[in-house]
Amino acid sequence: MNFDLRLPLGLIFSLFGALLAIYGLISDPAIYARSLGLNVNLGWGLVMLAFGLIMFGLAWRARLKRM
Amino acid sequence: MAEKTLFFHGIDYSILVIYFLFVVGIGFALKRHVKGSTDFFLSGRSIPAWITGLAFLSANLGAQEVIGMAASGAKYGIMTSHFYWVGAIPAMVFLGVFMMTFYYGSKARSVPEYLKLRFDEKTRCFNAVSFAVMTVFSSGISLYALAKLLELLLGWNFNFSVALSAGIVLVYIFLGGLTSAIYNEVLQFFMIVFGFAPLSYLAVRDAGGWAGLKEKLVGVATGAGFAPGTWTQSWGHLGSSHENPMGIEWFGLAMGLGFVLSFGYWCTDFLVVQRAMASHSLSGARRTPLIAAFPKMLLPFLVILPGMAAIALVHSGSGFTLPADAGGHSYNFNMVIPSLLVRYFPPGMLGLGFTALMASFMSGMAGNVTAFNTVWTYDLYQGYFAKDKSDAHYLWMGRMATVFGILVSVGAAYFASRFNNIMDLLQLVFAFVNAPLFATFLLGMFWRRTTGHGAFVGLLFGTGVAAFHHGLTLPIGEAVGVKGGWLGSVVHTYPSEMAQNFWTAIFAWTACFVATALVSLATRRNKTDEELRGLVYSMTPKPADADEPWYQKPVTLGIVALAATAVLNLVFA
Repeated sequence: MNFDLRLPLGLIFSLFGALLAIYGLISDPAIYARSLGLNVNLGWGLVMLAFGLIMFGLAWRARLKRM
Repeated sequence: MAEKTLFFHGIDYSILVIYFLFVVGIGFALKRHVKGSTDFFLSGRSIPAWITGLAFLSANLGAQEVIGMAASGAKYGIMTSHFYWVGAIPAMVFLGVFMMTFYYGSKARSVPEYLKLRFDEKTRCFNAVSFAVMTVFSSGISLYALAKLLELLLGWNFNFSVALSAGIVLVYIFLGGLTSAIYNEVLQFFMIVFGFAPLSYLAVRDAGGWAGLKEKLVGVATGAGFAPGTWTQSWGHLGSSHENPMGIEWFGLAMGLGFVLSFGYWCTDFLVVQRAMASHSLSGARRTPLIAAFPKMLLPFLVILPGMAAIALVHSGSGFTLPADAGGHSYNFNMVIPSLLVRYFPPGMLGLGFTALMASFMSGMAGNVTAFNTVWTYDLYQGYFAKDKSDAHYLWMGRMATVFGILVSVGAAYFASRFNNIMDLLQLVFAFVNAPLFATFLLGMFWRRTTGHGAFVGLLFGTGVAAFHHGLTLPIGEAVGVKGGWLGSVVHTYPSEMAQNFWTAIFAWTACFVATALVSLATRRNKTDEELRGLVYSMTPKPADADEPWYQKPVTLGIVALAATAVLNLVFA
């Protein structure tokens, strides 16, 4: 049996999400003029973080079931 | 060409580097699971259906697809959705509900091997050789396009880009085989969704939402000499080929694209079928294309919509422009996605969007390489050069084929950068070979009387008719040569190259179908009923899927997918 793909998916998207969200908080608001005034790093970063955590959760649940 | 280069900040590089580390890391993590050739080439037939489903979709979602569909969205508008809602979903449903039973159930390890079991050696050989050559060249073209784009946008050296991307793909496939490719394809799928959904949203929002976009596209359509709604109605302007920018009418579209080309690709191309074959069970294999159908029908919103928004913005004086094409009389539509990335994404999201684009180039290449190493090792090497070696030997050969395949791809990438027209010619020849394929499979799977000689002659004849048709016709405004008419006289002129392609496919398919049937009737059957068990519809017991709940049954999924696609067609008709 191969390892559960949801683990690396959870890891990479939590990481990307956290990175972008933090960058969204500390970056100069002026750079968001091009994204129509929306802080896409913060907003989308949080969405990706949530997706990453859900993937972790699913992998965790599957593991508990197998035990 | 374009003078606007992308400026990468630290955050963007971090995302790119993290992604590369993950891709290679997955290869290393999977290495210890690869114990035999079945693990390497077929993932040990152990992957859950949701993963094979997303990989099935993703293997086709290479960068040429993403960039090309956005380009078509700008050039043709919502009519591009026919490549999804007519030209993909029905074929994927057919594969899942009917054909997968024979591929998976026969225990064939590749599509050419199925042809050997069903027909004979020569049919398999023809298919295996043309497929192997085609995949390494496609992989080379991916590599070339990626390196070109990196050179243009980031100012990276062409050689460096080729070496880097080929090197990464080599490492993860060499280590983890098909599983590595499949896992990375799923990762790439989510990268594309996360990278492009905000892009599509921002571009459409800037164009004034769907209502504003529709209004702006009226000007684009009338400016090109068509009825006002041509860019926003997918079916309304298909009455004749002169009413729309694709230059095709409804019959040619439904038959050529919806039936011949789409069924030919989705149901017979080993590149995608291999993903389903890696599934843990027959029911998983059948569900693979059906699971893929649902995200597939939503992809137009991710890849076509940005193209439509881009052309609307160009024509509405928003300040957004596309670079001119090489000739200077039109736009370079292949730059739609990169130009939108530069226009709307701040540092951070820019890194993510660009990484998603690179990911799709690399997984497009990886898909071809994994299909190549399997066909080479099982169908050609084991079939004709070394029949009875140990499993460890074939595993070793698979890894060598991976190295060899990537080296040839690199060669093809450089070849493409020098002799672009020879690459065009090669792709044309591949198109001739592919056009009739589905007729062979359809007859083979549903008519047990089809013989090996019939299949082989039909394929050759269909390919010949494709070439013949192409040689006698020409798209309007094109010069005689690689675009057609090379047989000396032009019998018919098509309103567009797309129309010519669709009709070439229709002629090739029909010729192959008729020739296969006639020759089969004239020759003696080379397989007994017993030998055809599991390979032909009437000789195969109905797959028992009684142990799964009704909503997971392939037939249920297929009906829901078709109904949802019909709704999408109606909404945007």
